[in-house]
Amino acid sequence: MSLHRPPEWERLAATPQFRHLLVAKAGFVVPATLFFCVYYFALPVLVGYFPEFMSRKVWGPLNIAYLFALSQFLMAWVIAFLYTRAARRFDEMADEVVRMHDDVGGEGRQ
Amino acid sequence: MTVSLFIFLAFVTLTLMITAWAAKKSSGAASFFAAGRRITGWQNGLAVAGDYMSAASFLGIAGLIAFNGYDGFMYSVGWLVAYLTVLLIVAEPLRNAGKYTMADILAYRLSPRPVRAMASLATLTVSTFYMIAQMVGAGALVSLLLKDSGIGYTTAVSGVGLLMIVYVVFGGMLATTWVQIVKAVLLMGGTLLLSILVIGHFDFSVSAFFDAVAHVKYTLNGVPVEQDFLTPGLKYKPPYGALDLISLGMALIFGTAGLPHILIRFYTVPDARTARVSVVWAMAIIGAFYVMTTFLGFGAATIVGRDFIAKNGGINMSAPLLAQALGGEIFFAFISAVAFATILAVVAGLTISASSSFSHDFWSNVVHHGTDRGPYEEVKVARLTAFVVGVVAIILAIVLGPGANVAFLVGLAFAVAASANLPAIVLSIFWKRFNTAGAVAALGAGLASSIVLILLGPSVRGPANAIFPLENPGILSIPIGFAAAVVATLVSGDRSSEEKFAELQVRGNTGLGAEKPTAH
Repeated sequence: MSLHRPPEWERLAATPQFRHLLVAKAGFVVPATLFFCVYYFALPVLVGYFPEFMSRKVWGPLNIAYLFALSQFLMAWVIAFLYTRAARRFDEMADEVVRMHDDVGGEGRQ
Repeated sequence: MTVSLFIFLAFVTLTLMITAWAAKKSSGAASFFAAGRRITGWQNGLAVAGDYMSAASFLGIAGLIAFNGYDGFMYSVGWLVAYLTVLLIVAEPLRNAGKYTMADILAYRLSPRPVRAMASLATLTVSTFYMIAQMVGAGALVSLLLKDSGIGYTTAVSGVGLLMIVYVVFGGMLATTWVQIVKAVLLMGGTLLLSILVIGHFDFSVSAFFDAVAHVKYTLNGVPVEQDFLTPGLKYKPPYGALDLISLGMALIFGTAGLPHILIRFYTVPDARTARVSVVWAMAIIGAFYVMTTFLGFGAATIVGRDFIAKNGGINMSAPLLAQALGGEIFFAFISAVAFATILAVVAGLTISASSSFSHDFWSNVVHHGTDRGPYEEVKVARLTAFVVGVVAIILAIVLGPGANVAFLVGLAFAVAASANLPAIVLSIFWKRFNTAGAVAALGAGLASSIVLILLGPSVRGPANAIFPLENPGILSIPIGFAAAVVATLVSGDRSSEEKFAELQVRGNTGLGAEKPTAH
């Protein structure tokens, strides 16, 4: 199988199309990961070290702590939705790399 | 209690029919280990949710909220957010570059034998600890629920163990997947119904519900008290409460993406894009479930009350007792049966992950150096392992007995996954320099530090004698795992793993050369 010749992988890995794919992915995944980690760990930090502030009622019986915890669910779903949308672009870029492999007479998607 | 038994037997019959169907369809290794890679996105989403939402979630978190209010609910949050790590970082490259087990992605460019041996050890540790916690929980639950019918702890534990052996040995991954799907549907249905009944109890007024949550009455040390259950701090108190919460959060956020029984689910779908879709489905289901724990837990606190629960079976009975209060005996029976189904499905998922790892990683690749011994031998060894794992789990659960303190075992499983498995997986995907010594060090140090810190902590030694003050070791053991990986990599100086980095990168990101689904 031509795929297992190392130079072919090296060649694909060095193409500008593949480098663009990596940069584009990192452009989404790195900030998204940092954001959700900061947003998530803010919950135990705020609740653990500032309980009075978090207990302040803002909407009927609901306090900041409860609303912030609920907002975490929304945050996770929104990031998942945004990633799914962004990933369509990554898929197209990946297909382009796969086609370049096909063009040189490889086996394509095995 | 006969209604409960009847519903449970109906579930068992249905799952055995699924197993018979799967056994007929199943042939070859990809079929046994990965359901032929033909599971669709939504199906796998439900199955991931089914594998993940254990009795600890359903009974445990409902109880934690019923007794500790807000602090229990905060526990719910991490279980969903953790899936962002799975979605963004692990699921797609794993599906693209792996075959049957978590170790596949590590062995890709590292020396296979030491890495697979350590990864297999970590997988077996996580699966066995998690499984014993579930089995003891199942047995204790049955002896509570069915104490009039003569079914005791030993019978219940043996029954659960025997069923999980049958599912896995005869039906492989296909049967296990469909058992998870049926269980997830049952669990979501039961939880939704219970939530609607709770809100219905307050005349469908959400504000009346939360007003009641803000004024929960119970007895504390013999004195009646009224407490706002939305206030934080009822469970996690100074001096270590906040650190323990952060530590727990770290184990969840970084551990979920290192749980072997969750990871192998992504090999059951045709490609990485379907794996992505299935994580999103799982997040929708898991998120909806944990939001509803608000109604289960606070509902139990306001409608049933802490005092009544404490006298009638204890904290883990909060959800079933809530069902009894709102829907009578039949609904109580239904929710109890859902709890059994939950446990049964989770132990089946753990069994197949342990036996795949032993057979594929340890037997084929460590003992026999990865020489091709034919797919039939790998499947045969996996079946035998499933049988042995099942028998050992039954015996251990019976020896430990219904009163054993096993809650910390689930925490330990997450800690090992976060401190040993995740550093090895993430660094092998993203760090070119990462090598075999680094992976072995991460797996070894993560595993050892998690176990030692739990043994020194309050869960095992009691709060007064604890040498390590936190219940959750993650805050220390996760940095230890990562640090060991980095130090060992740099010290060993081995650079042979860099050769295949380009290959792993291209395969992981494009799906070139990925394992394909089997033909019909």
